[in-house]
Amino acid sequence: MAKVKSLEELMKIKEQTVKGMSLRDSSKKGKLLVAMGTCGIAAGAKDTYQALVSELADKNIQDFAVLQSGCMGLCDVEPTVKVEIESQEPIVYGHVTPAQVKRIVQQHLVEGKVVSDLLIKKGEL
Amino acid sequence: MPIETNTILMCAGGACISAGEESCLDALKRSIEKYGLGDVTRIVETGCMGMCDAGPLMVIYPEGVFYQKLEAKDMETIVSEHLLKGRVVEAKLLESPGKEVKITSPFDEHPFFTRQVKIATRNMGVIDPLSIEEYIAHDGYFALTKVLTEMSPEQVVEVLKKSGLRGRGGAGFPTGLKWELTRKVPGKEKFVLCNADEGDPGAFMDRSILEGDPHTILEAMAIAGYAVGANKGYIYIRAEYPLAIERLREGIRQAKEMGLFGENILGSGFSFDLEIRMGAGAFVCGEETALIESVEGKRGQPRVKPPFPAEVGLWGKPTLNNNVETYANIPSIILKGAEWFSRIGTEKSKGTKVFCLAGKIQNTGLVEVPMGITLKEMVYDIGGGIPGNKEFKAVQTGGPSGGCIPKEHLDTSIDYESLRELGTMMGSGGMIFMDEETCMVDVAKYFLEFSVDESCGKCNPCREGTRVMYEILQRITSGEGTMEDLDTLENLGKMIMDTSLCGLGQSAPQPVISTLRYFREEYEAHIREGKCPAKVCRPLIRYEVIPENCVGCTACARVCPVNAISGAVKKVHEIDPEICTRCGSCISVCRFGAIHIVSP
Repeated sequence: MAKVKSLEELMKIKEQTVKGMSLRDSSKKGKLLVAMGTCGIAAGAKDTYQALVSELADKNIQDFAVLQSGCMGLCDVEPTVKVEIESQEPIVYGHVTPAQVKRIVQQHLVEGKVVSDLLIKKGEL
Repeated sequence: MPIETNTILMCAGGACISAGEESCLDALKRSIEKYGLGDVTRIVETGCMGMCDAGPLMVIYPEGVFYQKLEAKDMETIVSEHLLKGRVVEAKLLESPGKEVKITSPFDEHPFFTRQVKIATRNMGVIDPLSIEEYIAHDGYFALTKVLTEMSPEQVVEVLKKSGLRGRGGAGFPTGLKWELTRKVPGKEKFVLCNADEGDPGAFMDRSILEGDPHTILEAMAIAGYAVGANKGYIYIRAEYPLAIERLREGIRQAKEMGLFGENILGSGFSFDLEIRMGAGAFVCGEETALIESVEGKRGQPRVKPPFPAEVGLWGKPTLNNNVETYANIPSIILKGAEWFSRIGTEKSKGTKVFCLAGKIQNTGLVEVPMGITLKEMVYDIGGGIPGNKEFKAVQTGGPSGGCIPKEHLDTSIDYESLRELGTMMGSGGMIFMDEETCMVDVAKYFLEFSVDESCGKCNPCREGTRVMYEILQRITSGEGTMEDLDTLENLGKMIMDTSLCGLGQSAPQPVISTLRYFREEYEAHIREGKCPAKVCRPLIRYEVIPENCVGCTACARVCPVNAISGAVKKVHEIDPEICTRCGSCISVCRFGAIHIVSP
């Protein structure tokens, strides 16, 4: 291992490690739940999940936790993604392909506008 | 490339390990392997999370779900339900008293955690103690870098003085002043010591810090070396702490490899190296001059002070000695500033204190709270109250060198001065809670016995005096005491405290003096009425059968080891007090509440 010689080098180690530890921060602003029941996985939820995680990483959005959930009963509109933001009504999106993931992240998470054409349900199921 | 979806923190503090953490970890790894989740799950073993009572503990992120009292057989369920299907396993969730089980992170909601302010224990239970990178990610070694690149040794001392930090080993001496004194003594060679000879019964915060965050001690000691002008340090730690020693060694190795310790740290020209010295477990070696003798390889006996170690210490050289917890505060003070630290706590006791809760309390474990919190909050909010609906009677603080605080003083603020006024001390931070079933004379006897055993024998008052006091207490608890004994205890106690050479003798009579102050009537009951009000002292109690309740099941007679119980089947039994040894086996097997303890 190379020796640390300056504050900048120490900072670099910190930044690299912090990324890997971000999962341990439970004080996030919101959660994104991808339904990973058999129905969801069959409809491609794994790809959706991967796309979601990498899109958040690309945009450097750190205050959302991506979680798996079981089937929520909306098997015919899978893959579904539920967006839970503190003090807002949860939103469920259906037919979320990796291409749609980009729109949800940009429009909903960044700009704060619901993506109405993908909307399945507002509020708790 | 697989993306990590879960991080699992397993508490690998001493308490959780002895509760079976290792077998759980093995089972967890096997289950994760079985379900093919190895690539997407990260397991981190952390230091103590504090809630030792509920161990082994585990937190699963990103949800922050906290599982308690784990066994190896639970792991399969947790992996298949939680990790695979995203369903929380409710049966193993950490319970919040009085509330329904919490699915969200109890770090934010459980009163045990929410009342805490973590400075010395900031990384414990959060990072992997064996990973220097994770320590750096939590601002580790930034304080050392700041000190070496931006600050003069005088400035470091100034920050500490302003912060108001006082020694956490017990006496509460201002840390900044200690550093300044050592710095000002001329001398080419100086030493920095870390006192990790934690000996109070019921105190384990130093061990937990060393096990959970070893790098913070290394960083703070290097800062201390820079501030006082020393290039060499020693950590004096008891050999009974093998895990702490192992993690310290690994920490030193990693830090040296990265150039953050040892020769020419960060290329600044400053070098600081450290040796670990293991103690054989003598309580007196926690006294700084005895500790120094022991590091030098001699028998651990205290020296006469003055001269103080700041002037004539290890091998006759100026020496700075601080306790583990004191060091653990220092990196944060350097980074966040003296003002930040001095805003926490009371006027004269700044910052936080780590306490170990033990004895008759619901949540036993480790907590860090701001100075000035009241005893009541400690018992009922953080401690969760007294188990079994019993009543709080007193708490012993400061271990065998401290005293007790009775329930009349529940509103006391916990800080150095208030505790001293009540005739006890902060000490290292052990808190032993007692309920109505504790006999205060017996407690005083227990602590005094500890001091008698641990007295090094160098000075008369401590060696002879504590033994005489102990013999008097033995007489009283056997019902053979006299009222004059109480005066003798008080006078002798004061004399020992005034004339002993070191802190051990100067504080050893404290538990007796303090219980005499608050619970004199209990002593008098033992002497005058031959009665132990708490029904603890064996010579003064009898086990008796309550005839109305006894159904003659013979369970007690079968379990009695000395055959003191007679009686036919379905007939009322009887206990012969002459034969009975008061072992209590009968009372624990009786299902009809037919045996009780009486003290005449």
